[in-house]
Amino acid sequence: MQLTRRLRFMLIGSSGCLLVVIYVPILLIVLYAFNPSKSQKWPVTGLTLQWIQAAIGNPGARSALVLSVQVGLIATAIALVLGSLLAAAVHRYRFFGRNVVSFLVILPVALPGIVTGIALNTTFRTLFGGLSLFTLIVGHATFCVVTVYNNVIARMRRTPGSLVEASADLGADPLQTFRFVTLPVIRSALIAGALLAFALSFDEIIVTTFTAGFNETLPIWIFANLSRPNQLPIVNAVALGVIIASAIPVYLAQRVASDAAGYA
Amino acid sequence: MSAGQPSTYRPTLTRRVARILALVPRIRVAGLLAAPVGWLVVFYLGSLAVLFAAAFWHYDANITFAITKTFSFENFAALISDPVYRTIAGRTVLIAALVTITDSVLAFPIAFVMGKLAGPKLRSLLGVLVLMPLWTSYLVKILAWRLILSDGGFLNWLLKPLHLSGPGFGEVAVYLVLAYIWLPYMILPLAAGFERVPNSLLEASTDLGARTWQTFRSVVLPLVFPALVAGSIFTFSLTLGDYIAVSQVSSTQFIGSVIYANLGVVGDLPLAAAFATVPVLVMVVYLLLARRAGAFEAL
Repeated sequence: MQLTRRLRFMLIGSSGCLLVVIYVPILLIVLYAFNPSKSQKWPVTGLTLQWIQAAIGNPGARSALVLSVQVGLIATAIALVLGSLLAAAVHRYRFFGRNVVSFLVILPVALPGIVTGIALNTTFRTLFGGLSLFTLIVGHATFCVVTVYNNVIARMRRTPGSLVEASADLGADPLQTFRFVTLPVIRSALIAGALLAFALSFDEIIVTTFTAGFNETLPIWIFANLSRPNQLPIVNAVALGVIIASAIPVYLAQRVASDAAGYA
Repeated sequence: MSAGQPSTYRPTLTRRVARILALVPRIRVAGLLAAPVGWLVVFYLGSLAVLFAAAFWHYDANITFAITKTFSFENFAALISDPVYRTIAGRTVLIAALVTITDSVLAFPIAFVMGKLAGPKLRSLLGVLVLMPLWTSYLVKILAWRLILSDGGFLNWLLKPLHLSGPGFGEVAVYLVLAYIWLPYMILPLAAGFERVPNSLLEASTDLGARTWQTFRSVVLPLVFPALVAGSIFTFSLTLGDYIAVSQVSSTQFIGSVIYANLGVVGDLPLAAAFATVPVLVMVVYLLLARRAGAFEAL
């Protein structure tokens, strides 16, 4: 397909414009985090660190942050185990219902979050005796499985099966093969999957709202404070922190596995 | 284990277990699948089943405000008989479709540049540039758009010299915000789709005399179609169930906001559950069509 110079220029130009539009709102938040004025009008009236200090010292935001990190770490650990087991099964074996399994793992992120949310909410309240930290973690782990699964299975598809066979031929038992062959091959995919799963959990609000009970994660804290005009300057400062906190794992995941699957 | 030594094979426990497992592949598969499938079936499919059952329960809105686990179609009857719900469902599907179409059009140029024009370095740079906003907090993006669209906000300031003003909060704002938030979910699969189109096919098409537009329409478009559908799963589904962005930039009711209000404020779980079957049905049909289009391989 031959592209004229003009067409090429238009394609690149419109891509550039799109990126500008994508980044303007994010940069605005960054600016607003330093805005001294309590009114949320544009343009900002100056630059100050006052709200960032207030955000760091805010007890509600701090305990919400700690809870978010805890939930993210536990949900990621569960997703790592479940996602890689599932990827190994789907990649290595042909079994009855294999297509159903690959469908099932996508479902928690393909169905609208509110459906997953109220389904879990109904079940936990009617069968599991109410909402708790446990139900919050179960909810998060459920939708995190798919990110680990996608990263690991993508890596396995790219790795020749002959490596595992060679290991067995050379006398390694299955545990040795796993430790010295499989694990090194999938290690970076596991790390990338884990980072993305953590980022997904850290940011999630919809399923969280329905499974958290009285537990307040950082997104829930932000959401609760969005409707309090007095708190908005602090929310802007927390938002800046969240932008940085989610950029780091994504950047690392990208570095670790150049083939890290995106969202799904 | 150096070469030349006699066999060091020792029938350790691991090896004995492995030998048994090797004879019965079913046990190996079952062992791998038990935990993850068990988790998803119990917590996820089980929950969906409970939700579906709850759609048939009864909620006493007059005296006790309690839920009784009976079986009746009254919730569905209420949804069908009251035209408000039809309007809300129609409005939600419409906005989901509009967001999906907008995002696919917007995503095409940059996805094409990423997949076909850019060299490896620029490609990975663009990849990171698109991935970062995808992972930027959903709430933060909503907050940003509230700042942009509000009365004294950025957009009105930008348009003021032109004697124009922004749309303010309302349905247009919902459309803009959701199209913005879900855009990266369309760009990434589409870029991967373009990348998978073999250059040789494009050259062949040119050699056979096709103009640029003809090549695009009859060679490129059919090949990236599965990727387009893969991206649309997210833009469509995420819009369909949204209630947070919707409530922050408008006061209009959508499927998500009705479900949320019935569950959280009113406590009418059965009606909320019945209404939740609407997006589930829409998405199941959508996913089955998407799978037929080969979109699952392009996810």
